[in-house]
This record gives sequence, C-alpha cells and structure tokens, in this order.
Amino acid sequence: MNDSLGMPQSAVVVGGTSDIARAVLRSLVARRLRRVVLVGRDEIGLAAAAKELSALGPLEVDTMTLDVTDTARIPVVVAEAAARLGRVDLVLVAAGMLGDQAHDEGDFDGVARVLSTNTTGPAAVMTAWAAVLRAQGQGRMVVLSSVAGVRVRRANYVYGASKAGLDAFAQGMAEALRGSGVSLMIVRPGWVATRMTEGRERAPFATTPDAVAADVVAGMERSSTVVWSPAPLRLVFAVMRLLPGALWRRLPG
Amino acid sequence: MTSSAPTPDGAPTTRRALTGWGRTAPSACDVISARTGEDVDRALSSAAADGRSVVARGLARSYGDAAQVAGGVVVDVTGLDAVLEADLDRGVVRVGAGTSLDALMRAFVPRGWFVPVTPGTRHVTVGGAIAADIHGKNHHRDGSFCSYVSRLSLATPSGRIEVSPHDDPELFWATAGGMGLTGIVVDATLQLLPVQSATMRVDTERADNLDDCLARMTARDGDYRYSVAWIDCLARGSKLGRAVLTRAEHASLEELPPARRPDALAFDPLVRARVPVTPPSGLLNAMTVAAFNEVWFRKAPRSRIGQLQSMSGYFHPLDGVGDWNRMYGPRGFVQYQFVVPFGAEDALRDVVTRLGDQRMPSFVTVLKRFGPGDPGPLSFPIEGWTLAFDLPVGPPSLGALLDALDVIVAGAGGRVYLAKDSRLRPELLEAMYPRLAEWRATRARVDPAGTLVSDLARRLSLVSSPPRRRAARRRRPTAATATGAASGGATG
Repeated sequence: MNDSLGMPQSAVVVGGTSDIARAVLRSLVARRLRRVVLVGRDEIGLAAAAKELSALGPLEVDTMTLDVTDTARIPVVVAEAAARLGRVDLVLVAAGMLGDQAHDEGDFDGVARVLSTNTTGPAAVMTAWAAVLRAQGQGRMVVLSSVAGVRVRRANYVYGASKAGLDAFAQGMAEALRGSGVSLMIVRPGWVATRMTEGRERAPFATTPDAVAADVVAGMERSSTVVWSPAPLRLVFAVMRLLPGALWRRLPG
Repeated sequence: MTSSAPTPDGAPTTRRALTGWGRTAPSACDVISARTGEDVDRALSSAAADGRSVVARGLARSYGDAAQVAGGVVVDVTGLDAVLEADLDRGVVRVGAGTSLDALMRAFVPRGWFVPVTPGTRHVTVGGAIAADIHGKNHHRDGSFCSYVSRLSLATPSGRIEVSPHDDPELFWATAGGMGLTGIVVDATLQLLPVQSATMRVDTERADNLDDCLARMTARDGDYRYSVAWIDCLARGSKLGRAVLTRAEHASLEELPPARRPDALAFDPLVRARVPVTPPSGLLNAMTVAAFNEVWFRKAPRSRIGQLQSMSGYFHPLDGVGDWNRMYGPRGFVQYQFVVPFGAEDALRDVVTRLGDQRMPSFVTVLKRFGPGDPGPLSFPIEGWTLAFDLPVGPPSLGALLDALDVIVAGAGGRVYLAKDSRLRPELLEAMYPRLAEWRATRARVDPAGTLVSDLARRLSLVSSPPRRRAARRRRPTAATATGAASGGATG
C-alpha cells in the first residue's frame, strides 16, 4: 500500500535501467519499498540494476524483458508483473531514448523509432497498467516526461515532440483517473547527466539523477501532479512558452 | 483481477474513493450501506464467497486507512444506529454499532447518563470506539472504552457470534482495539456513567515548560477524573513544551448556580462554524501555528479553579467547527500519537525537542497520562505518557522525522496508535505490539480465509507476516510466459 506520505511498498519500473529510475528506487528503498519488478529490453543492464538495488536493503527484485515498441507483448508482461507483486503501489514509466536528431530528421524510420519508444510504447504501457491499478482501487503512476516537450526546439524536435506527446497523454490520463484511487504524476526534468546524455553539451539548469530522484520523491509525498526538476524550470518554461519565435530561435543550446 | 460488480444480495453498492480523517491516500472501494445486522452478515458471506476483502466503516474518524480497503468491500454501518434496549436505572444500554457517541449523549445525558469514555470528538460510532478501544481524558482513572462493554454481537466470516469478556475473553479482547479485523460489530451493550449535570467543573493551570508540565501532571492528575495538557512544541529554548493543563470533574447539582439547576442535564451542542472551502495547503505552517500557540498560551489563566464549562466545550472543542480537517488543505495531514511507559520521559523530551528543532507546525499537541492497559493484545493504551499531534503533509523532512520518532518510541518500549496511523514503519509493528502473534491466532479462528482486511492491515502486514516470495529470489531476467492465463493479480 501507499502510505499517507505517498511511499510505496511495491513498484514496477518500465525502463528499469534508466539512471533516473534507479536513483528514484534507491531513495524509495530507504523508506518503504520492499518488492520491485524491473522491466526493460537490456537483460544485462537489468541484471546489473537488480544487483545494485538488492544490495541496498531487504528488497526482493525481479526482472522481466520487454521492448515497449512490442505493444502486443505489453499486456502479457503487465499481467505477469502484477501477479508477481500481488499489489502494485507504484508504476514508474521511465522507458525512453534520445535518438540522433541529425540523422533521424532525414529518415522516417529513425523518427518512428523515437516516437514508438518514447510515446506510443509508454502510452500502451500506461494504458495496460491503468486498468490494473483501477481494479486495485489504489496506486500511483509516475511518468518521466521532459522539459524538451514543453516547447519543442529545432535542435531536438524529434525527441521533444515524442515527450510532448507523452506528456499530453499523461495529463489526460491523470484527469481520467481522478476519483479512482489512482493518481498520476508527471516529471519534467531538464538536462540530466545520464548515460543517455553522455557526450552531449550540457544545457543550463543541468542536474543529476539523484537530484531528480529527490524531487520525484518529494512530489510523491506531497501528491503533486507535475514535478519540474530542478524546480526553477517551471518558471523558466512559463517564460519560454511565451517568447516570440524570433527570440526563441536565438537561444543557445 | 477483481470484479467490481455489486454483490448479488440486493444491497446497493457504490464505488467510491475513501480516505480517513487525514484526507490522505485515497482508495476506491465498493461501499455497501447496511441497514440491519442481516445486511452485514450477507455482505460478509457474499464477499467471502467471492474471495473479496471486507472492512467496516463508521464515521471515518480514523486518521489513516483503517476503514477502507482498496478494491474491496466497505460496509458502512452508520445505518445501524438504533437504541435497542435501555435500562435507565442501571445505565446499561444496547445500541447498534453505528450509533454515534453524539447520539448517545443527546439521548442519555438528559437522563443523567454520560458515555464512560469519550475521545476529542463525539462523531465516532460505538463500533469504531470498540475497534480502536478508544480512550479519553480519564484513562488514568477509568481505562479505555472496551472496559465498559459487556457484550457485543460480532458478524464474522464464520457467522454471527455473541461475545462477552466472560464467555470468550480471547475473541472479545482481540476485538477490543482489533481495528475491525476480527469481525464487524453489529450491536454492543455498554455501561454508562451517572452524572448530575451536563456541566464540567474545570481547573486550569499553566506550566512553564515540558518538565514543569510532567511534574504537575504526576503530582495532581490522580485528584481528577479528567486531565489533559495542551503543549506548545514551537516555543523556543527553556519555554519548549510550555503547557496549559485543564483538569475536570462532572459538576454536581450543588456546584451549579441555582438558576441553572432545573435544566442541569440539558445537552444540545451546536456546530458554530464550518470550513466552507478547502484553503491551500501550507496555511498552517510554523509561523501561523507559533502565533496561534502564543495567543492560546497567554489567554489561558496562570491558575483558575472551578470554572464551569459545557461538556462539549471541555471534551469536544473542535466539534464546534465542522470539517475542521479541511483546514490542512488538499494535501491533508498526518496525526502521530504514541505512548511510552512512565520512566521513559527522555523519549518524550526527545520527541518534543525534535518537533521544536525542525519547526514542525504541530497544531493541537496534546499530552495525557494513561493508567494500566486492558487485556486487548492490540489495544493501544499502556501505562505511561501519550502525546498526540497533527502535522500537515508538505514539509520534505516530515517522512524522515516521523520514521525517526518510530524508532525512539519503539526503543522506549512504546507504541503508536493504529487508529491514528497512516505511515508507520511496518517492521516496527511487532516490537510495538509484542502480542501480535497471539492476536493473529485468535483472528484466524473466526476468519481463517482472511476476508477481513483493510488498507491499514495490508500496509502494516497486520493480519499476516510480510509477503514472502513463492520461489527463490530470481535475478536472472525471465521472459514472461505467454500462457494467457496470467491474471491481473489484484486481489480485492
């Protein structure tokens, strides 16, 4: 069960090798988390993540392979993960990829891969889990979006559009879940130093997986609907959204 | 996956998101409103047949998740509110479990009988009072609620059982403080307390700090039936824990002014105000609460003897403000109440100091002394000091602070009150309630299939040890087997 401070005892992570997801799990193990299923497509990475988590405390960790673009297999994996955990307090949707903007924008297969990994796949995963959580009558979904989707930039519009789509889908689902005992929290991190961004130029307000995790856990405690990480990005993007195109285009990064 | 279809016995069910009084952690449950004891029996047996979980709900004054069960069936017993028998010579009544203490007082105070134990609100049901084995400001003298229950009719998955402390002390005392997990109380027979008036004679004094307060309570509490101290945890330095002690007796007829004697037993408290809209979370913060505390402390007399107050004014001041729990805003609040044995005053000081150090806006912090506990294995009161406070959800350090308090309390041989709990560290439950195994064994006798479950029970693994893996720990990635037979696994 989730307690009054939003702390779960069991969790499923889709995108179980994500640096941010792993940091969130480390924080939650220190509180109430005791049972986890890590779902992802990289078997070896999952095993390493499971090993890292198990070392932290009295935690049972299971792993299951799934490529979220294989939408036909999603219901099977969701049913099996739910059966293994009994009750699922938290579903953390962290699957995603950055893609290669320079290549992808001239190659629709590349565009489709980013959109299906970041938007369609997670939306299918969320749809399947929403049904399980609704039937349980309690639970929380946490969805990793990105500030890149808040106002999409020319420099990474494929990734930005994929997160914009996911973010909008999650907003709608959060409304649909009201009154069901299930809540949904959207996380919009800025530039985070992870394996995904390794070798890329840092953006302003750059942060770390642990700092994002702290904001996520604080958001869960307060039943937030949207978490910006770091928090000032909320104000920054309130302004960014209103900038005239001519100015927006000239911003660095 | 659980079906949420209504049970086939004709009782109407509605799927609703429920929370406790703290308005945190909602759960969607199928609510059945019971009108008769037979409705309760049917709801239990049909849920048991469907393999669904059931728990009773009264006026929902438990702060956390005791009266809800996500995805399961909640039996609303507030319709079982009839007075079934009343012996006004002896003050013995048999009432439906949904009868509120408010209704009992309105019916019987005018006839010279008061409830034997009342908490800080009248808006609790008799069934809930038994399930939490509630205490009042008179615990040091009179013990807790179930000591005044001579018989109860308990609907269990094994059928209806008439339970008294003599016929089946095990089941009776497992039900006392058993948080509704041994069955659903349908009706109960209570011994009331004779009073000559609906007025309290109150003595008030101030204490300069926590140690002064403890000394005053230790010295003089025995002289009064009722005693409570309001504590200021935001006062700084040597003033930390300064307190206003209010101690009282029921006023006798001769103690009333002659003009009030003819209607000495009139009892008709009003709700004076309501919280009309939910204000934003954060309204109650360290600054506003410290300011309130300052005014509250200063307006209290340094010492005043024999002030006459209404029962509701003394016992239930917050009942004068409807829906006061909304003051904490949409995020809700957490109440923490614990008891530590006499001799563990250092633990008490430690808690008060931490609340002050972290500038926690603990509103309505209340200290009381408990007398010896009753035989209930899960009954909260044990002889010692009990402190209760409310904290709004929001400060990022709240979770860590309360987790640290759990350790202090358990280490001092104390425990937290399950009726208030919404976030205890589950691994400390057994240390706090060392007779848990005995309670589980009694419970298993009447509910072998484990039908009676609440969110509280799940969260703390109350009814069974924490879930263990069926197979050995698997770290090797395993593909899901596509049998198609895998169920959602969400048992209701």
